[in-house]
Amino acid sequence: MIIMNNKNKKREVVLPGEFLGENLETGTGVYNEGKQVYASVLGIKSLRANMVNVIPLSGRYIPKIHDCVIGTIIEFGPSSWLVDINSPYPALLHITESPWRVDFGDAAKFLNIGDVVLVKVSSVDEIKRVQVTMKDIGLRKITGGQLIEIAPSKIPRVIGKGGSMISLIKRSTECRIFVGQNGRIWLDGDPGSVSTAVTAIKKIEKEAHTLGLTDAIGKYLEGK
Amino acid sequence: MEQLIKDGRRKDGRKFDELRPIKIEAGVLKRADGSAYVEWGGNKALAAVYGPREAQPRHIQNPTKAIVQCRYNMAAFSVSDRKRQGPDRRSVEISKITSEALDHVVFTEQFPRATIDVYMEVLQADAGTRCTCLTAASVALADAGIPMKDFVSACAVGKVDGQIVLDLGKEEDNLGEADMPIAIMPRTKEILLLQMDGHLTMDEFNKALDMGMNACMKIYEMQKEALKKKYTGD
Repeated sequence: MIIMNNKNKKREVVLPGEFLGENLETGTGVYNEGKQVYASVLGIKSLRANMVNVIPLSGRYIPKIHDCVIGTIIEFGPSSWLVDINSPYPALLHITESPWRVDFGDAAKFLNIGDVVLVKVSSVDEIKRVQVTMKDIGLRKITGGQLIEIAPSKIPRVIGKGGSMISLIKRSTECRIFVGQNGRIWLDGDPGSVSTAVTAIKKIEKEAHTLGLTDAIGKYLEGK
Repeated sequence: MEQLIKDGRRKDGRKFDELRPIKIEAGVLKRADGSAYVEWGGNKALAAVYGPREAQPRHIQNPTKAIVQCRYNMAAFSVSDRKRQGPDRRSVEISKITSEALDHVVFTEQFPRATIDVYMEVLQADAGTRCTCLTAASVALADAGIPMKDFVSACAVGKVDGQIVLDLGKEEDNLGEADMPIAIMPRTKEILLLQMDGHLTMDEFNKALDMGMNACMKIYEMQKEALKKKYTGD
């Protein structure tokens, strides 16, 4: 029915309840009734090898296992911290999942309310209780730099195919950038180049639906 | 009594099965996760959606699914005699029925323990505000990126001067013989809301239901158009 060739590759916006096709494998953002498949969220339809997905254009971040996210500490207990990860559900960070040797009751000595951390989602159960860990390469407490927030649905575009977009920004601005799947981005470096990177990211967020965005951003950064 | 229908036309010049002019706009509020503004004849309504977010207080959480909380509110200046502020019997009822209608279309089981909050504000009322609000709420939900089975499209039908007419205006509502708001899921035509005040015979009811369903499909097209306009940028 739909033949996608590179020439007229159009991003088709679909709405909840819109019919997508029959006998397709269902991915994310879709639901089926018998053989018919319908969209469940507002987004862009993508059909690849009989698998249909709808990539959402808006919406909250829903935690997934192995996602790297940026969180802020909102609460601490004797043996754990509660981390706000910009999702409907706060995440639990246990002291044994931190890179330090924390004694029972000493959690606040290492991370206090308001601190920003790079964490990784280690488990999400069926009632969406989320646990995060700091025991992985590159995960740590953040000091300095700047934190910005964009729509979580636009994050894949900021990263680009195989990281092409983000490495382009890193290369031309010489900033240290960490992109969390939850829509938070941390940048550090020379103040001038940080602000260039921020405007570039905001530009990506605004023009996320357009084609050839990496080239456009490349040109924009060159002009700076 | 004053005649509401003259020579096959209604007081405002509409045909029996004609809707009032409708304007729908999606994403009008920046701070909310999703929003919509609807002008429906003399009705003006805003809907804002927040969530899914964690339900507070804890005891209202449902460990198996999200809850849909709605608030329908009429502004003090929405009617000709200033409306006393605060929830009253009528707005509590409308909040409840809209929340039940929306609960059926949202995939609530994807967000256990969470809440999806829908706020509907009537800025100007001119009969049929519950349909206006439900229409706006459904667009706002889609705008917020909340997974749904389908839209909710709503419209009222009624009986005026012995005639079944679509989308009653203020006078027709006050002086007419019956008023029946209908909300459906346009794809499957499942009924999500059906209320009636006044009396209709079985034949009249069937005719009214038919007329209302057709109108809901027209509303559905307008809802889709409003969202496509926002998200494709033309």
